[in-house]
Amino acid sequence: MTALLEVKGLHAAYGETKVLHGLDFAVQQGGVTALLGANGAGKTTTLRALCGMVGTQGEINLGGKRIEGMATEDIVRLGVAHVPDGRGTFMELTVEENMRLGAYTRPAREATADFEKMFGYFPRLKERFRQQAGTLSGGEQQMLAISRALLLRPRLLLLDEPSFGLAPLIVREIFDIMRRIRDEEGVSILLVEQNASLALAFAEDAYLLETGRIVIAGKASDISKDEGIRRSYLGY
Amino acid sequence: MRTSWLIAIFVVLLAAIPTALFSGYHLFQMTMVVVYGVAILGLAMLTGINGQISLGHGAFYAIGAYTTAILMNSWDVPYWLTLPISAVVCAGVGFLVGLPALRLGGLYLALTTFALAVAIPQILKHKLFEDWTGGVQGLVIDKPDAPFGLPFNTDQWLYLFTLGVAVVLYILAINLTQGRIGRAMRAVRDHAVAAEAMGINLAMLKTRTFAVSAMYTGVAGSLGAIAVAFVAPDSFSVFLSITFFVGLVAGGAASIGGTIVGAVFIEFVPNLADKVSKAAPGAVYGVILIAMMFLMPQGAGGFLYGLWRRMVRLGGK
Amino acid sequence: MEGFIHQIISGIATGGIYASVALALVMIYQATHHVNFAQGEMATFSTYIALTLINFGLPYWVAFVGSFAISFVVGVIIERLLMRPVANAPVLTSVGVFVGLLLIVNSVTGWFFDYTIKQFPSPFPDKALFGGFVSGHELGSTAVTLVVLLSVYLFFRHTRLGLAMRAAAFNPVSSRLVGVRVGWMLALGWGLAAAIGSVAGCMVAPVVFLDPNMMSGILLYAFAGALLGGIDSPLGAVLGGFMVGVIENLGGAYVVGTELKLTLALVIIITVLTLKPSGLMGRKVYSRV
Repeated sequence: MTALLEVKGLHAAYGETKVLHGLDFAVQQGGVTALLGANGAGKTTTLRALCGMVGTQGEINLGGKRIEGMATEDIVRLGVAHVPDGRGTFMELTVEENMRLGAYTRPAREATADFEKMFGYFPRLKERFRQQAGTLSGGEQQMLAISRALLLRPRLLLLDEPSFGLAPLIVREIFDIMRRIRDEEGVSILLVEQNASLALAFAEDAYLLETGRIVIAGKASDISKDEGIRRSYLGY
Repeated sequence: MRTSWLIAIFVVLLAAIPTALFSGYHLFQMTMVVVYGVAILGLAMLTGINGQISLGHGAFYAIGAYTTAILMNSWDVPYWLTLPISAVVCAGVGFLVGLPALRLGGLYLALTTFALAVAIPQILKHKLFEDWTGGVQGLVIDKPDAPFGLPFNTDQWLYLFTLGVAVVLYILAINLTQGRIGRAMRAVRDHAVAAEAMGINLAMLKTRTFAVSAMYTGVAGSLGAIAVAFVAPDSFSVFLSITFFVGLVAGGAASIGGTIVGAVFIEFVPNLADKVSKAAPGAVYGVILIAMMFLMPQGAGGFLYGLWRRMVRLGGK
Repeated sequence: MEGFIHQIISGIATGGIYASVALALVMIYQATHHVNFAQGEMATFSTYIALTLINFGLPYWVAFVGSFAISFVVGVIIERLLMRPVANAPVLTSVGVFVGLLLIVNSVTGWFFDYTIKQFPSPFPDKALFGGFVSGHELGSTAVTLVVLLSVYLFFRHTRLGLAMRAAAFNPVSSRLVGVRVGWMLALGWGLAAAIGSVAGCMVAPVVFLDPNMMSGILLYAFAGALLGGIDSPLGAVLGGFMVGVIENLGGAYVVGTELKLTLALVIIITVLTLKPSGLMGRKVYSRV
């Protein structure tokens, strides 16, 4: 399998503060890769670095093209969709307007067909289509954020802690839908999660981040079977 | 050499040299530099040190000027006595303005004080007050003579008097801003919530700073009125408030010494720029303001202050 | 009674001008959280451009549109050059830059076009209409400002670009993540605000005559209107502008006399900021400690 995303020696810093110290990882075409780690390990920073939101050094290869140093808006147009932590919802705008923005870089006629597809995954969005996005529940906002990302028709989907702050039942619902999306859309996914068991059940490959360095890399199934790793690093 | 000795020598030189060498118009310009220095000092305490942005300090200057003019014209109050009265009046007005200002954050306060500056000339021209203010034509004041038969002409005496008052005010300001209260003022500017959590009474501190600031600029207005011997509403337009703001920035907003740099700047630059074109002073101010904001956030005064401190350290060794 | 009605109608006419400038102020405030203190000066400059075009022999409405377009471009240029660096600067710095801009535009206007008061033509008939309740210019100016305001509203609500601009103002980070070029959206916002200012200037100049300081009082009323309606609500700003126009006229005629009208604006500003800082239609802003 070829890698859609290959990262070599990624360093990132917020001003003077260095956060990532030389990461090497990859996301396989059509696969799901999990990025695990505790709070402050640098997971969110990694996703931001991939989107050009943070100053970086090192190589970032997207489908063979070097994208480090590019502006966020341009990286997005190459097919990278980022669902940020906290969902990034446009609170003051309606669900419809949020979705229209998701399809901003696509021709208008594609957008309408894609809306129907999103309603297929997330029927609740159709119910709340004209409602102000800020009035949606956390789970609904997460669904909206994911559809906003998918409306871009991305090659690579970056998900930052989709389970955060959501009730377990909603989380399961969302992950089931994400499995469907992965199967039907063929989009490659880089998933950042603190909930390791959830992530390892969903992903094929996994990396464990600790204070800006990758300490463990391998197949998700192997890692979840290794009791030693689970106890020391993942806490279960 | 201790800093205070250096300053004392500096003040003596400042008093002696211009008085001996300059005359007439140039001495008048020096007097106005001192006046503007005190005016900007008021603004520096409020905006630079306490963080409350005022684009309307021309209003306090006007109130001080008119208080002095009205007291001297309508009630024959001697010029030097008008100063403490003006100080009290302006402090009172400042306190009253400071009360609603409590609720306003940076931008809104700037907006409101800007509105005050724009509205002031209209109030000064109004028929209701015409009997005292002289309406559009304003009031003419007599220039004071040197007291006790001292051998100074009017311009010289005015300069020395203004300088003397200014020195006292500057010393008081330095004491205030370098002590506990000054630290409290800066704390409120930098992080109001934390300051409050440490026990600083935010409301009292901010309104009192407003009062003191208004008092300083108001007294400057009084001194200015005496020096110019004339007050009229159109001298106190919004441009005056903006000029003070420019002087503040040029000197480095939170620097006491910088206020003198700012005062020199706003006294001499318009004269020089005017020779180029009538529109030039405004443009020069604007360009300097923007350039300062981009390049030297500490202002020219802050930069010079850094040099001064280095000098003092070398001198102390 | 007739005088009263006339005052109200006049107030609505001038209110339209205030509403336009207030809208320009709110547009920039929403996008950048900065108040454009130079908005008035920019509008004055635009009006001079219009006059220059008219003096070249162009018909009124061609000059009007020409000034609109030129002002748009100037607004974009100002944003790209001056505003990018101060986007995240402390308040004092940004206030300094805006005041600096005010001074520069004011000086350049005086320098290019000199300080003598000039007449500015009105495209509307001079006669009194509807039994003397309203002049041709008042009616025309109100119509023009309403058309402009309505167009702006429709643009923002129903076009893709308008949506992108609103998104960029509300949430620049998320906007980038959907591919919106936030920097250019801000520049467009500035251009649009400048263009709206040109409309306001052209509509008010026939009444108050054109000189470099024409708009300073009007800017004050626009501030009052924007604050009254809510400085982060475009609809509120427009309503606030109209209200201030009527209040100013009625207040000037019956309460404080025409000489103190600016003071009335000041009183409105202080009252709003003291009693209800978010304005009639704004949202309360709570900042987390």
